[in-house]
Formats: sequence, C-alpha cells, structure tokens
Amino acid sequence: MKREPIYGIMAEFDSAQALVDAARHTHQAGYQKIDAYSPFPIEGLAEEIGFHHDEVPLVVLIGGIIGGCTGYFMQYWMAAVDYPLNIGGKPPHSWPAFIVITFEMTILFAAISAVFGMLALNGLPMPYHPVFNVPRFAMASKDRFFLIVFSSDPKYDPIQVRDFFQGLAPRSISEVPG
Amino acid sequence: MEPGHSFGTVTEKISAIVLTRPVSNGWFAGVGFFFMLTMMMLYAIGYLVLKGIGIWGSTIPIGWGFAIVNFVWWIGIGHAGTLISAILLLLRQSWRNSINRFAEAMTLFAVACAGVFPAIHVGRPWLAYWLFPYPNTMKVWPQFRSPLMWDVFAVSTYATVSAMFWFIGLIPDLGTLRDRATHPIPRLIYGALSMGWRGSARHWHRYETAYLLLAGLATPLVLSVHTVVSFDFAIGIVPGWHTTIFPPYFVAGAIYSGFAMVLMLAIPIRKIYHLEDFITDRHLQNSAKVMLATGLIVAYGYGIEAFMSWYSGDRYDSFTIWNRLHGPYAFEYYLLLACNIGIPQVLWIRKLRTNPVALFLISGVVLVGMWLERFIIVVVSLHRDFLTSSWGMYYPTRWDWMTYIGTIGMFLMLMFLFLRLLPMISIFEMRTLLPEAEVKE
Repeated sequence: MKREPIYGIMAEFDSAQALVDAARHTHQAGYQKIDAYSPFPIEGLAEEIGFHHDEVPLVVLIGGIIGGCTGYFMQYWMAAVDYPLNIGGKPPHSWPAFIVITFEMTILFAAISAVFGMLALNGLPMPYHPVFNVPRFAMASKDRFFLIVFSSDPKYDPIQVRDFFQGLAPRSISEVPG
Repeated sequence: MEPGHSFGTVTEKISAIVLTRPVSNGWFAGVGFFFMLTMMMLYAIGYLVLKGIGIWGSTIPIGWGFAIVNFVWWIGIGHAGTLISAILLLLRQSWRNSINRFAEAMTLFAVACAGVFPAIHVGRPWLAYWLFPYPNTMKVWPQFRSPLMWDVFAVSTYATVSAMFWFIGLIPDLGTLRDRATHPIPRLIYGALSMGWRGSARHWHRYETAYLLLAGLATPLVLSVHTVVSFDFAIGIVPGWHTTIFPPYFVAGAIYSGFAMVLMLAIPIRKIYHLEDFITDRHLQNSAKVMLATGLIVAYGYGIEAFMSWYSGDRYDSFTIWNRLHGPYAFEYYLLLACNIGIPQVLWIRKLRTNPVALFLISGVVLVGMWLERFIIVVVSLHRDFLTSSWGMYYPTRWDWMTYIGTIGMFLMLMFLFLRLLPMISIFEMRTLLPEAEVKE
C-alpha cells in the first residue's frame, strides 16, 4: 500500500450534535472517504458518514449455525457412532439428551464470532494509526469529537477541505501526518 | 446519575481512581488479608491433592458435600452480573450503566471461585481435563447423556462468554485510560489492551451491534446455566431433588443471591470511592426490589416443594419435608426460612430500601440464606434416602471450611485488584446518559 505523506485533514468539535451536523454536511458536499470519532457511540452518526452495511449480524448467525451443528454432530458421532454405550437402555442416538450441549455450543460459537468478528471487521488490534499523530486527538476518548477527510478521497484538496471545515465552525483544524 | 456532570468530569472522576488516586493503607491491608485467605485455600487444595478427598467430610451417603454446595452458591452469585449487563441492557434499563462493569467483574470472579470446586472434587484433580471431549489414547468419549457433562459445557461457555462480554465492554475505556495515563508503563499496558481503539463511527456501529448481540446471547445463556446446574439434581431420583420446579427456582435463587452480593459490594465501594453521584440511592432501591421479587419466587419454590410432597402421595417425598422440619438438620432449615423468606420482607419498607447500612445487613442475611438453601438441597436430601440402612450424617471438616473461606478470600482479593487496575464503572456508557449526548436529526 502506498503511504500518503498526509493522511487527511481533521476538524475538532465540542459536542455530539455539532459532529453529527458536520458529518452530514461533509458527506452531502460530496466527500466520500471520511470518518468521525467520538468518545461514545452516537446513534445515526455512522449513517451520516455513509456506512450502511454492518456485517456483524451475519457473522454471528453463521457462527451460531456452525456451533449448533458442531455441538450436535459431535455428540451424535461420539455417542452413537464411535463409542456407543448402553446407558439405562437409552438408544445410542438419544437426541433429547444432546440438546443442552447443542444449545451451549451455539451460544459459545455465536459469541466468539461476535467478538472476534467485530474486532476483525474493525481491523483491531491496530497498535499504530495516523490519527494518533494529532496531539489533540487524545481528547477523542474524553469529551471531544473529530471529523476527518482522508487524503485518499477523490475530491481531496488540502486547501478546499480546510476552507470547507472553516465553514463548519470547528474548535480546531489539524493536518494528520501519514 | 446525579446532575451537574459533563463528559469531562465523568471521565476524570472514574479514571482518576485507577490513574492518580494514591493507594491507601486500607487497600493494602485488604489485599494482604484476602491474599492470605487465598493462600489458605491453596494450602487446603495442596493437602487435598496429597491425601485425597478423604480429608473432607463428604462420605457415603453424602458424596456431595461442601464442594457442590459452594459451587452452586458461587455460580448463582455470578448470575446477577450477567442479568445486570445483558438482560437490563435489552430491557433498556439505562440505570444499569453505573453498576454493570463491577457486576460483570463480580460474575467473572464468582465463576472462577465456582470453578475451583468441581475441578478438585473429582478426586484426581490432575485428570479433570477428562471431562472434555478430546481425542485420547484410551479411545473413549465422555458420556453426553449425563447432566454432569451438560454442566461442564454450560459453565465453561458461561465463563468464556462472561469474560468476552466484560473485555469487549472495557475496550473503549481502556482507550480512555491509555490517553489519560501520564506514566509510560500504564500507557503501554492500557494501550495494548485497548487494541488501538480510536472511537471511529464505523467501529462504534459494529461495536454496538456486537455488544447488543452478545447481550442477546448471554440472556438465554445465563438462564440456561443455573437450569443445567439444577438438572444435576433434578435428573437424579433422590427425594428432594427429583422435581420439575428446580430450574426456575434455581435461577430465581441465583439472581436473589447475586443481587445481594452486588449490594454488599456496591455499598462500601460507593462510600469509599465517593461514587454516590453515579451509584445513587435509586440503584440501591432497584436492586432491593429485584431481591424482593426474586426472593418471593424462591419462597414460592419452597411452597411448591412442600405442596408437591404432600400432593404426590409419595411417602419418600413426604418424608423429605417432614425430615427437613423435624430431622437432625431442622435448625438449618428454619434458619434458611428466616434468612430467605422472613427477614428480607422488611424490604417492603421504603425507608429500609434506601438505608445503605440496613441493605448491607439484609444482603448478608440473604447470602447466608442462599448458602443454607444449597446445603439443605445437597446434604439434607442425601442423608436420608430410600433405605434406612444407608442413612448417615455430614460433618464438614476444617479442610472444607478452609477451602470455602479461601474462595471468599480469593473473590475479594480479585475484587480489590480490579477496583484499582480497571475502571470500575463503564465510562463511555456513563457519557451516553448525559443530556449532552442526545443528538437531534
């Protein structure tokens, strides 16, 4: 991947409302590659920056199905095929007794998929990221809200983006070194 | 939350406990004392490994002594943490945001304490891994028709999912600590644990989805865990165990004792760390109400047990209740009724529900009562079964007590460490409760 010398231009806002409004205006102005950073989840913010496809539910569904099948067939194969034992005259394939572990394995696999799927889709863990080069970005985990236009955006022009951000009345504007 | 807070003050107040607050002598004394109790537990376990489970009071007919009593008690305590973090999240009870983090920690530590017992009571603890289905040279597999196997899967899934749920909840707060820490070593540790969290809107969206789905998965899971634990008993034919009321009655009892533990921890913590703004009287009151409600379900369970023993017409079942009321363990049974049904009824009085000292004491009573309940179920049912010739008595030994008290020490030691090393209240979820977090379209 080619490293841009400048990763993007970042604007800092004081409130969640200001960030959501700014994100909407920036997206409407035709900037595609943008991102917003906030100290807590803000409902609707992801949609404002053009994020619509959340794949996490699908990953969890697939994980759950795999877990359930693994759980049931593991028990079937072990108890009825590979090592059949007569326990109290029950048939080797005594399916009602297998339901509990099938259920637990469904939950286990679905939960593991939720956690690792979410992290993988988010590209975490990622120890280094250019946005951390901006000293003020440390406030993004406390009480400040940030919006960035990446330099990979087709419409990106450092001067125009700066001018555009000025119109949104941010608290500060900074250049993010790549 | 009390008014007058902003994003900044919430962040400062909670992260300061971890990052800047000086470590007091009281904290060192607490950790030291509970560390000693943990060592006592390890000593008792070490001796057990050397000598075998003959050092315990468990002997035929009471093959399940303190180990199972304590296991069920600890697992039950853990349940309140998941209830608070998952079920109340799905029910949109946002007051949970100030107590979910340490309640989840409580769950993890309680499950860790619970896990000690099944592992050591198998007789040869170094072979406890035989419980898991792994390919082995003996060419055998575990017996999946046994509720004990179900228990292995339920408890290990519960421990795994609780740990993941807790850690996922911590990631954004670890990012906050990374950015607030001034010393490079904590910054490095919190930075590594936060996995480079930067609060991107896309990340938050996936995060919220995953968190909600985890809550949705943890909800049936937590209900299933104590259900499966109750199957350990209900599938057996011993009078006093073989009843269908067990699953709901066990789950209610679990939540009952769990909320009691939440209150016993929350009341001193909010006092010592001055967190009355975040853990308000409303939290105490709500927890007390949950205790009252689940306590009544437990009382209903006792009632049904007694009714069914009469209604079934089965002489062994009738004898179980008669024996509880008049047998050698009658004192424990009356104490149980007082602790679980009688005394907690004072929670109907609003003044007591808002009085932290009274709540603390009542919670202690409930924890004792719930421990006695498990004792009655395990010991009293086993000591008088079908044949008079196989009757016996159970006397716990000092090793039983040392192991049990040792797990309490381990639980509290872990809690002490948690309070100073990780944010005990979820910072980012507290931010969402502020009026400034509201966004209009």
